[in-house]
Amino acid sequence: MKIKINGREQEVSVTDLSIAGLLKIAKVESAEMVSVQLNGCFVDKADTDKTFVKDSDEVDFLYFMGGGV
Amino acid sequence: MNLSEEQIERYSRHIILSEVGVEGQERILAGKALIIGLGGLGSPAALYLAAAGVRTIGLVDGDNVELSNLQRQVIHFSPDVGKPKVISAQEKIKAINPDVKVSTYQERVYADNIRDIIKEYDFIIDGTDNFAAKFLINDACVLAAKPFSHGGILRFDGQAMTYKPGEACYRCVFTAPPPKGAVPTCSQAGILGAVAGMLGTIQAAECLRFLIGKGDLLVNRMLIFDALRMKFREVAFKRNPSCPICGKNPSIKELRDEEEPACDLKKKA
Repeated sequence: MKIKINGREQEVSVTDLSIAGLLKIAKVESAEMVSVQLNGCFVDKADTDKTFVKDSDEVDFLYFMGGGV
Repeated sequence: MNLSEEQIERYSRHIILSEVGVEGQERILAGKALIIGLGGLGSPAALYLAAAGVRTIGLVDGDNVELSNLQRQVIHFSPDVGKPKVISAQEKIKAINPDVKVSTYQERVYADNIRDIIKEYDFIIDGTDNFAAKFLINDACVLAAKPFSHGGILRFDGQAMTYKPGEACYRCVFTAPPPKGAVPTCSQAGILGAVAGMLGTIQAAECLRFLIGKGDLLVNRMLIFDALRMKFREVAFKRNPSCPICGKNPSIKELRDEEEPACDLKKKA
């Protein structure tokens, strides 16, 4: 299936892919570092392994950035 | 307000912009902006707001200037090392533009002082370096219905969004601070000085456009850039119905201090 990750279309061959699984594939070091938006709605951190992506979904990762130091 | 001849000359490059004009410049000259944190983001923001003629600029920071700050905190100069940041910044602002009134708050923001500090300002710039302060500023601004600009930087990356009452807030995107240690800090991971300048300048531009009332602010969207590849993108979002402070059933009804700042390796002021 084709999904858009951070605005870029990507082919993903895994089926039944959860957001948690996608984070692993996308090499996000820790789920704690990001807020995930699926088709314009934020995914609750507790639901990342219960929420699945399907063909032509759009996923955005928003990373925590703290430093203004 | 009638602009003096000197003001017309000083602000002529603003006034000539059709979106600003005399009216827009007068709004800037009547504006009150608060900058929380006079580090990598707050320094350039303060310089541009001062140059633009913002009437009152509030400066909040409890730290003194350190040598390692000077690589990016462009409002502080070498002879300022050891001086309170608010004093160092006040001196530069006065030198750039004597019209500007500066109020200094040589302290950190906490749940018990932030409400009084933000009260009299039109727009707040978050230039802080830790998540405890970032979430506190968000919560205080949401509860007091004050617009503010969020800025975050790390290594070569930056992000900015603006909150306006009634629109998505920082907690709509990031519900709660990350667990300690999950997100590297600038002092651990580093930051390209110019990236701080880019982002602090974006925050100043948000403030000025808010005061003028023109253009589209970074409301309900986050601008994200990667300055190593020099690519910008933006992510649009809506208010989050389950947001703990502005959602349908908010769990946060009063201000509280979050746990130990995640980005704080320095002693507390």
